[in-house]
Amino acid sequence: MSEKFDEIPMAGNIIEPGNAMKYKTGGWRAQRPVHNPENCLWIKNGTCGRCWIFCPDMSVRLVEKDNSRSYEYDYDYCKGCGICANECPTDSITMESE
Amino acid sequence: MTTVERVPKDKITVEGLTGDAAIAHALKQSDVDVLAAYPITPQTIIVEDFQRFAADGEVHTKVIPVESEHSAMSACVGASAVGARVATASASAGLALMWEILYCAASMRMPIVFTVANRALSAPINIHNDHSDGMGMRDSGFIQLYCQSSQEAYDTTLMAFKLAEDHDVLLPVMVGIDGFIVSHNVERVEMLPDEAVQKFLGVRVPVQPLDPKNPITMGPLALTDYYFEFKEQQDRAMWNVPKAYKRIEAEFKKLTGRSHGMFEEYKTKDADIIILAMSSMGGTAKAVADVLREKGEKIGVVRLKMFRPFPTKEITKAVGGAKAVMIFEKAMSFGAVTSPLALEVKSALYDLEKKPLVVDFVVGLGGRDVPPETFVEGIEKTKKYLEKGKAPMYETLGVRK
Repeated sequence: MSEKFDEIPMAGNIIEPGNAMKYKTGGWRAQRPVHNPENCLWIKNGTCGRCWIFCPDMSVRLVEKDNSRSYEYDYDYCKGCGICANECPTDSITMESE
Repeated sequence: MTTVERVPKDKITVEGLTGDAAIAHALKQSDVDVLAAYPITPQTIIVEDFQRFAADGEVHTKVIPVESEHSAMSACVGASAVGARVATASASAGLALMWEILYCAASMRMPIVFTVANRALSAPINIHNDHSDGMGMRDSGFIQLYCQSSQEAYDTTLMAFKLAEDHDVLLPVMVGIDGFIVSHNVERVEMLPDEAVQKFLGVRVPVQPLDPKNPITMGPLALTDYYFEFKEQQDRAMWNVPKAYKRIEAEFKKLTGRSHGMFEEYKTKDADIIILAMSSMGGTAKAVADVLREKGEKIGVVRLKMFRPFPTKEITKAVGGAKAVMIFEKAMSFGAVTSPLALEVKSALYDLEKKPLVVDFVVGLGGRDVPPETFVEGIEKTKKYLEKGKAPMYETLGVRK
């Protein structure tokens, strides 16, 4: 998007739906979530997923490939809010300073 | 552009109307889609009359009786966002409660016509006229037009829709009348036939409305990266107002023979002292000028109508040649260099090499009467200050000291 005042939409209107994708909010993060797979129910048996449900930025990725499960964060968008860590029933997520 | 013809006399309705009723009739004829308001003196009659039109089926407007003025302006922003023609009315404390949303309305570039019966702010509670409420919202981004009569209130309300909805402008407009002095006094008002108003205003053509088929987001977050650019846009839109206003008024004049200008000049050409005032005080000032001119004193009057945007160059030209400008204003900015109107005028004149002496009187707060005698007292003081070549930054007149 242009940066000049007369080349951007009026009044800050977002005229292209879904363009929040272009705004990488990862830069806001002061603490990053770190995942420990040992007791994680998703890794263990493919259940729970509370972190994925509650993440406001869809930054938790529960990956299932060839019958094996893995877990990752999209740090481009993760603001470091800590909701995932708060929601985790097995304390498998810790917040660490950037 | 279609040719506009003068509406013949037999099509004009003449009625005795209060300022509030005149505004209500103008709103009725403007084919307003949504009116959201909360009652407050001295504006109440505007919405009361309009509600009666709605109840009697004379208008197709959705009238939203909201629970507060904050909600009234919010509902107006929402309605304007989908492309509706929108109006509301308030005064004083009610206007103050709208404050947050006034900024949203202007910044989101929402055409809304906001009629205000200007009234003092609390405390102590006071229902009478001054301009504290209008000056309080001065920096909100609203266009501000202050009217002197019921006729002007009617005319200006009609034109305000065209101005607000103009694609070079897209800003909300405050139309002010002096509480009780104009809002409740009956005057002769000439009204256009409905068809003429409809033809003059047309249907609003929104630029970027909310539409489920073409979804957009309005009023989202903009931080250090873009906020400033949107303010630049907003300020430039404000300075498109004079041109649009003149064009709209020229068309209105063809229709009615009437125009009011950004300000009214009265006997200013050879004037030594020019009285500068707004709203109903303009009428008194002109009467005072007439009497004093009979006695050989060269007094002129500038009655300012458009306070925002402030017609800087034009006012400088209009008053720059006088020996003194005597400002009468009904608002105080506590702790400021001087009072709101004088701040503008002094700033506008600063670049002139030969400046008139600016004398500022704060008068009429809380509805204190401002009779011709007060103007004469001001003129006498101004003459003394002219002899001394110096005047106080501002002073009050009409206070028991």
